[in-house]
Amino acid sequence: MAPATATAKASSVGRIVWLLFISIMVPAVNVGVHGLIFWFFRDSPLHPIANALLAVAWGAAGVYSIFWSLNWVVEQYPDVWKRRILPFIYVGPAVLLLGWLLVIPTVRTLYLSFFDASSQTFVGLANYAAVFTDRLLATALRNNLLWVFFGTTLCVCLGLLIAILADRSSFERLAKTIVFMPMAISYVAAGVIWKFVYYYTPEERQIGLLNAIVKAFGGEPQAWLTMVQPWNNLFLIVILVWMQTGFAMVFFSAAIKNVPDDILEAARVDGAGELRIFFRIIIPYISGTILSVTTTIIVFTLKIFDVVMVMTGGQYGTEVVATQFYRQLFMYQNAGYGSTLAIVLLIAVTPVIWFNLRQFRREGGF
Amino acid sequence: MRRSRVRRKGNRLVNIVLAVICVIWLIPTIGLLISSFRPAADILSTGWWTIFPHRDWQTVERIELPRETDLRQPIEVLGATYTDEELRAGVTVDGRRLIWENRRARIVSVQEKRWTTTLRFTLQNYETVLGGKQYKIALPDGSTKTEQGSGMGRSFWNTVAVAVPSTIIPVFIASFAAYAFAWLRFPGRRVMFVIIVALLVVPLQVALIPILRDYTVLGLNGTYFGIWLAHSAFGLPLITYFMYNAVRQIPRDLFESAFMDGASNFTTFSRLVLPLTVPSLASICIFQFLWVWNDYLVALIFLGSLPDVQVLSMNIAGLAGSRGNDWHLLTAAAFVSMLMPLAVFFTLQRYFVRGLMGGSVKG
Repeated sequence: MAPATATAKASSVGRIVWLLFISIMVPAVNVGVHGLIFWFFRDSPLHPIANALLAVAWGAAGVYSIFWSLNWVVEQYPDVWKRRILPFIYVGPAVLLLGWLLVIPTVRTLYLSFFDASSQTFVGLANYAAVFTDRLLATALRNNLLWVFFGTTLCVCLGLLIAILADRSSFERLAKTIVFMPMAISYVAAGVIWKFVYYYTPEERQIGLLNAIVKAFGGEPQAWLTMVQPWNNLFLIVILVWMQTGFAMVFFSAAIKNVPDDILEAARVDGAGELRIFFRIIIPYISGTILSVTTTIIVFTLKIFDVVMVMTGGQYGTEVVATQFYRQLFMYQNAGYGSTLAIVLLIAVTPVIWFNLRQFRREGGF
Repeated sequence: MRRSRVRRKGNRLVNIVLAVICVIWLIPTIGLLISSFRPAADILSTGWWTIFPHRDWQTVERIELPRETDLRQPIEVLGATYTDEELRAGVTVDGRRLIWENRRARIVSVQEKRWTTTLRFTLQNYETVLGGKQYKIALPDGSTKTEQGSGMGRSFWNTVAVAVPSTIIPVFIASFAAYAFAWLRFPGRRVMFVIIVALLVVPLQVALIPILRDYTVLGLNGTYFGIWLAHSAFGLPLITYFMYNAVRQIPRDLFESAFMDGASNFTTFSRLVLPLTVPSLASICIFQFLWVWNDYLVALIFLGSLPDVQVLSMNIAGLAGSRGNDWHLLTAAAFVSMLMPLAVFFTLQRYFVRGLMGGSVKG
């Protein structure tokens, strides 16, 4: 019996050493291998196509192999430990990545917003005071309000109108595809599309569609994006409406199809007109969808950046908070103002965060 | 069916209004597409709509005036006299227009309104935009100019190298996390998930400055690896939330029988969860892929505009800034960047809409 215990002890010591060994080696090998590959990529003068394909292969296989190898290590542990540690292997990468690149930076940005341009001296709330009084920054805030108000209103109203029209038309699918299509392309490409529509030349022949139409009706061609301040903001907002209406429409269309037929039928039997049905039955019935689509578009519009950047670069009085953030950060090297603007955006979406959390808890959450 | 009786389909007024809206929605894109195939000289001198039949002044006759005609005096053409200004702007007489064709050579052209189209198309714009070499193009005034290609071909592959791993990495990571959140019990689970839900709408601007500083220290600025991590982190809250909802839908019995058969968590995940959530995976992959493909802000800040890493959106934004009047290049470039999203949109529309509806709250 004694030798048996001894071997058991020896083997359990061996087992612990083995577990320790793999627990250290596997992560180390992972770091080493992927570090080397990263090194190779950073300095390799490969052909772009080869580079892209290799990068793709590494990105996919790398992540899977990390999970697989760490999982293999934990599988060697005794059951109790396995059950305790395994969940952290699974959520670990997500939590680390989110912590490093979202949660901690948010706190750091908040901290930086109380410091001066070079993040050296504590200035209290001075940056916040500046953001709301400085002329340029105030323009950005005003324009963001314009964006949120007009952009969201137009998207929601048009989306609702098109959804209801499509529902009663004979080419529903086609119409929805056409209106939805701009959703797929980038804001940069959409910027180019609309820049071409708004294009103005001082010459006789206008090659921009809008000016050609204005001229055909006897009007005077205009440099829409630069001259007519502050209305040029509206011409930029049109681009957002063109892109986001399809998004609102898809949601509304799905919601409208959920309105029970018997309610509509009962209303018709009682002699209600189509308009009355729309305002008294359909709108109240889909009010939940309208609310969530509206908040989503508001959140999106608050952060609008690409369109303004590509169309005007924020000049001619079209600055918004996100472009001003970029300008403060990169052109004026003012980390204080930059952070403050980012925090202003964060504060603006706080009600939505709160709303999401409440919704999550109400749906049962955990 | 019942539905067709209750919902009146195909009202004529509805159809007309909707058709008008659809045309308005399509026209900007069509204008871009048509223009991208027109020669540079044509784009800059006539609107893209002139490829459709339209009535325009066409030269029917040329009149050569004596070379010594004094332009400061009234000029006699076809028995009437006109001033130089009138001939420069064009004067209309009995439905015919007189205008200088070549003022220095004293040639006046007599024009009539006729049906016409300008049907000249070319692939030159795409060649210039895709390649990185030097190209000769003709200008409206007849001269030629050499211009540098804008290397969109290279940018296209750079975008692939950015977008595909930036999709796969977070989807993998988030799926593992979603599995743990949905089916494993561990301390901190609730707090972590609440934070993820809260992060759904956080504007990514709040994270940029500190990340930029970390990246500068680590030498990750301008590398693919850096932007993969950034895109992964920014996409994670949404993808985790989306996948959590998908994984939670899987019936409990399936898991229990899998564990009964002695399957490990990893096996269960790879053999049971992944195959059962394929539609959700496809939707969220497409959503994230297009998000990254179309992204401009993150690329602008972390990747920059060096030709060997810059992505399509950076390239176009650069073109729009530096060569904002070269419409033959801009239109072709914009269309190149739209190819992938449009292809995805038209082939995988169902998944795309699903992903979008689930992923509407992205920050």
